[in-house]
Amino acid sequence: MHEHPHDHDGHSHGHSDPHPGVRPDADDTLSYYQVMEIAVRELLIEKGVLSADAIRREVEKMDARSPALGAQVIARAWIDPAFKAKLLERGNDALVDLGLERGPYRLVVVENTADVHNVVVCTLCSCYPRWLLGLPPDWYKSRNYRSRVVREPRAVLREFGLDLSERVTVRVHDSTANMRYLVLPARPAGTERWGEQQLAAVVTRDCMIGVAVPTASS
Amino acid sequence: MRSHHDMGGLPAGRVEATGHDYALWEKRVDALMELLAGVGRMTVDELRKNIEAIGPDAYDRMTYYERWIHSISQTLIQRGVITIDELGRKMAQVEARHKEEGR
Repeated sequence: MHEHPHDHDGHSHGHSDPHPGVRPDADDTLSYYQVMEIAVRELLIEKGVLSADAIRREVEKMDARSPALGAQVIARAWIDPAFKAKLLERGNDALVDLGLERGPYRLVVVENTADVHNVVVCTLCSCYPRWLLGLPPDWYKSRNYRSRVVREPRAVLREFGLDLSERVTVRVHDSTANMRYLVLPARPAGTERWGEQQLAAVVTRDCMIGVAVPTASS
Repeated sequence: MRSHHDMGGLPAGRVEATGHDYALWEKRVDALMELLAGVGRMTVDELRKNIEAIGPDAYDRMTYYERWIHSISQTLIQRGVITIDELGRKMAQVEARHKEEGR
């Protein structure tokens, strides 16, 4: 099969996978595409296009990004009204104020209120504010989420355990290539006396995508 | 006609809150894309174009970063950075090396 790297139809993955994007580890064998990754990487290094060191550093940079960065932004917005105003108006500039990466795309922050709930998707692929949240979870990239959340968001949110009142307007934001959305959740009741660190601890990745809401007990 | 990747609004199954820790090879694919974009050897539009060109059956069968590495190698071939023969030969070498090491 290695004679035809362009022909993925000739290659069998064995069994059908109930969770696209997730396959059990097979530490002793390399899959066709793992072989392709090694081959492409080595060719690029041999040709001097990229260096092994640069690739290693890029992976380390990626490992350092996690939803904790986004949570830090949300917690600050909850305690500092001026920061929150700037975050909603000029998201990337607000990130720089916190000492975070400005990010390669325009950041659009959408605020949850008592009347409005926001949820984010990329129906065409997998656009995601990676510099604030790290790599996206598998379900975010799945056919089921991408297809359905724009048509029946309340049903999809119920599948995540979030049952919204009919009084609440649900806004679904479909990402484009040039911008990224981040949901600013509503500050949970019972956290009035909490400090910034404690607040950040209840802001999960799913809250910032909009498929969950933070609670004081979470 | 609607392309296969353009799936917004279509009927589909229940959303299972799946996730997995990304394997090192997947992170490396991601890193290759970032770095190639950084040195002007590939654009995100090319990444998408070559993913969107994958047939519906293969698209659904491949995992996320399998689509990416496929698209990256297609783009590098299209741009003449590597040839299809070089890639085929290198893949054969990698497989042979791995079998050798596995003994």
